[in-house]
Amino acid sequence: MITRLEDKDLKRQSRRQLLKLAPVAALGVFAFPKVSDRLVAAGVRFSDWASGGLFRSQHPAATFSNSEVVPFEKFPYNGYDVLDPEVDLEKWTLTVEGDVQHSGEYKLAQIQAMPKVSQNTRHVCVEGWDVVGSFGGARISDFLTLVGANMGARFLEVECADDYYESIDMASVLHPQSLLCYEMYGQPLDRGHGAPLRLQMPTKLGYKQAKYLETIRVTNVLKPGRAGYWEDQGYSWFGGL
Amino acid sequence: MENEEKNEEKKDTAPQAEPGPIAKSDLVEGTEAKPETAAAEAAPIQPVAKAEEPALVRAAYEHPLPIRITHWVSAISLFVLVTSGLRIFRAFPSFGPKIPEKVLLDIPKSLTLGGWLGGALQWHFTFMWFFAASGVVYVAYQVISGHYRTMLFTPRDIAGVWPMARHYFLFGPKPPATGQYNPLQKLAYTSTVAFGALALLTGIVLYKPVQFSWLAFLFGGFHLTRVWHFVAMCGFLAFIPGHLIMVLLHGWANFYSMLSGWKREPEYQE
Repeated sequence: MITRLEDKDLKRQSRRQLLKLAPVAALGVFAFPKVSDRLVAAGVRFSDWASGGLFRSQHPAATFSNSEVVPFEKFPYNGYDVLDPEVDLEKWTLTVEGDVQHSGEYKLAQIQAMPKVSQNTRHVCVEGWDVVGSFGGARISDFLTLVGANMGARFLEVECADDYYESIDMASVLHPQSLLCYEMYGQPLDRGHGAPLRLQMPTKLGYKQAKYLETIRVTNVLKPGRAGYWEDQGYSWFGGL
Repeated sequence: MENEEKNEEKKDTAPQAEPGPIAKSDLVEGTEAKPETAAAEAAPIQPVAKAEEPALVRAAYEHPLPIRITHWVSAISLFVLVTSGLRIFRAFPSFGPKIPEKVLLDIPKSLTLGGWLGGALQWHFTFMWFFAASGVVYVAYQVISGHYRTMLFTPRDIAGVWPMARHYFLFGPKPPATGQYNPLQKLAYTSTVAFGALALLTGIVLYKPVQFSWLAFLFGGFHLTRVWHFVAMCGFLAFIPGHLIMVLLHGWANFYSMLSGWKREPEYQE
């Protein structure tokens, strides 16, 4: 639609319309590193909040047939530090703390005595790769029932023999595919994959699935600055798929 | 009433209209000619008004405010999403399985944003919201306002693409301007909307492949979705240089129209 107007009117209208665009310039604050560091961290927290809302507690991650699973030799070893913190497998116990009725030390045999779940699921790394592997273990929800945990608590914190640490939202912890995993490919976990016990949760990214478990804690309040090894450096805390 | 009609005539035939003295005397006497009081008041002070009649400029309000806002928010978001996305890609510069991993592209760090994978993800997870919001507002506004008719590429534009491409790239004759955008522009702008939709949908799958497993299925699985996400970026990277060159070639008035909405002396009629 072409209109004809006086030059000064066109200029005035143009200026007025230009000013209406000014709010977009607010995005310029992202050019200042000190501000943008905090803003993008807030962006991740917002994304985590949205992710929690999107999470469906009973929606299963895809499972695969045995023929679709990568061979054990091709399942990558991944660790942030060492691949063998030299856990004494004979003396190992899992320490259970926090908002539970029966806190204390639990032997691997007690976890293995619970109903075993075997699942072929996709392990997705934050880097962008993924592998379909075969995992076996006890449901975390079964174990938390056994120890009399407060299922209404908000978080599960875990600490590991390699000084890795993690915290996970309870909805994801109680998902039926979330395991205390002690087997891969029908064999006991080897040292590189987190012997004797690791988290295995196909609804979470790999870095949430801590290996070499030593302590789990049911809590409503996260230890300050201890959200997770990678999360404390900037990774998304929810880390959900 | 007569007075008003005459005023209308005067406006329509400007700038070379010559109702001069008649119109003015009518105006002064007229009681219903309030909109023109300014002119009426000016008349006695400047008796030589005819000679100083200001020249009128042809102009078009091409880009309504929602289009301008979403254009610039998308542009900024795309810059952040591409540069942080390339940093994310560096963490696993391949498609398909982890092993054997082939490094398909070694992207220089200087082209990336975020410093490391975690930093790049923070930028990506922040600006994906800006990009999604501006995309949704843009499309909703285009559809609801009907403004999309100026830019949507439709089958009847197909015939005009080649003559326009020949003009731009092979120095062929310039086809006459028919509307705000020529067929090649419509194709380019419509493509960016398609790339944006592809980037968003594949991004949702890569972000939440379990919750949106049905969408992952539609894109051919997790691995292919990663490829499509990359394809969407390549689409934008193909569009942006051409777009910028065209903006440079068409000068300030054209560029300024995406800031102020108004284009001075557009090339097309009506």
